[in-house]
Amino acid sequence: MDAQEIIARRVARELKAGNLVNLGIGIPTLVANYVSPDLKVFFQSENGLIGTGPIPEQGLAHPLLTDAGGRPISALPGASTFDSAMSFALIRGGHVDVTVLGGLQVDARGHLANWMIPGKMVPGMGGAMDLVSGAKRVIVAMQHAAKGKSKIVKNCNLPQTSDRPVSLVVTDLAVIGFPNGNATLLETAPGVSVGEVMAVTEAELIVGDSVPEMKI
Amino acid sequence: MRAVSVEEAVAMIPTGASVMVGGFMGVGTPERLLDELVRQKKSNLTIISNDAATPGKGVGKLFDATLVSRLTATHIGLNPKAQQQMLTNQVAVDLIPQGTFAERIRAGGSGLGGVLTPTGVGTLVAEGKRQIEIDGRPYLLETALRAQFALVHAFLADYLGNLSYALTSRNFNPVMAMAADTVIVTAEHIVPVGVIAPDHVVTPAPLVDYLITNPNG
Repeated sequence: MDAQEIIARRVARELKAGNLVNLGIGIPTLVANYVSPDLKVFFQSENGLIGTGPIPEQGLAHPLLTDAGGRPISALPGASTFDSAMSFALIRGGHVDVTVLGGLQVDARGHLANWMIPGKMVPGMGGAMDLVSGAKRVIVAMQHAAKGKSKIVKNCNLPQTSDRPVSLVVTDLAVIGFPNGNATLLETAPGVSVGEVMAVTEAELIVGDSVPEMKI
Repeated sequence: MRAVSVEEAVAMIPTGASVMVGGFMGVGTPERLLDELVRQKKSNLTIISNDAATPGKGVGKLFDATLVSRLTATHIGLNPKAQQQMLTNQVAVDLIPQGTFAERIRAGGSGLGGVLTPTGVGTLVAEGKRQIEIDGRPYLLETALRAQFALVHAFLADYLGNLSYALTSRNFNPVMAMAADTVIVTAEHIVPVGVIAPDHVVTPAPLVDYLITNPNG
């Protein structure tokens, strides 16, 4: 199983029956592949849809039905559409139960940086700041390290997305939470030891007596 | 509401105008109005639009023709030309959170001076803005946003100018239709009055100033 699949499968287990969920671009998008339709989770696309469905079959795409990246999607029975003010009222207003976003860095207190690299990548924050500020639970789905550098850092040196800490970070190596505001190792990925996680994590992690293995 | 040709409508927009354009990554964008802005070479435009779409699509066409001098948007990462014009200072770009973008426009069309939002507190977005505490929680004061023109794309428009929208092409169109001095609309279909049931009208006719006529009758 590759790193992305481990992350997506583990995040999927966080979603509860009937949740309204917003998935960001990248690894977060894969989460939907591992959620049983029986759970009746509602997926929101912030460009104005609750009830997103899979990519339509060849020849069935509608030019006025797309995801937030402008790619064709479908809508499930029971879907609803709305304007952008409503879409972000849902997000900021705490009506979205879970948002899953990608990350560049998360610091020891749970602050996320995921919207710009000064001088290199300045695309704009899109909906990320509203999602992190407003969703009931914020889950970051990302690789633990990039080019050998830990993405779980003492302090973000990239601009923060929000001053509100995230709820949970799921990586290919570990699940990290922030009880009492401090990064805590909650689970390790299958076959990965606590020591191996600590060795590639810049931030100090609080570790309990026994750390269970991730179920995926 | 007056029905006019796309040429007549765009002739009313002066060079240097501020223009809101509906759409999200080019979906729900009034493409015929953008094509005509390019044909009439309306330059030095201040564009207020969620994103810069992609080259050749939606608002992206205005960047292809270098007609934009200022842009207020939430995301331009999928248009390398817009990025390039920002980095070389050809276009002054103001990037703001998408929910704030929607609410500032809604406020502009609703007689409000602005809104208080928690989004952006403690980030670069807060720089230069007033922070106001309510019940112990900090909010940013984000002021209302209006424009001289709103270019809106509907799914159905009736002969009076009542509008309804389809699927994800609704996005910013209804809020923009309230936040500009002059509202110009293109529609996928122009239909007789009554085809859009009162309960299904999203933008009521009095908000629409001009409806672009079909090119072939």
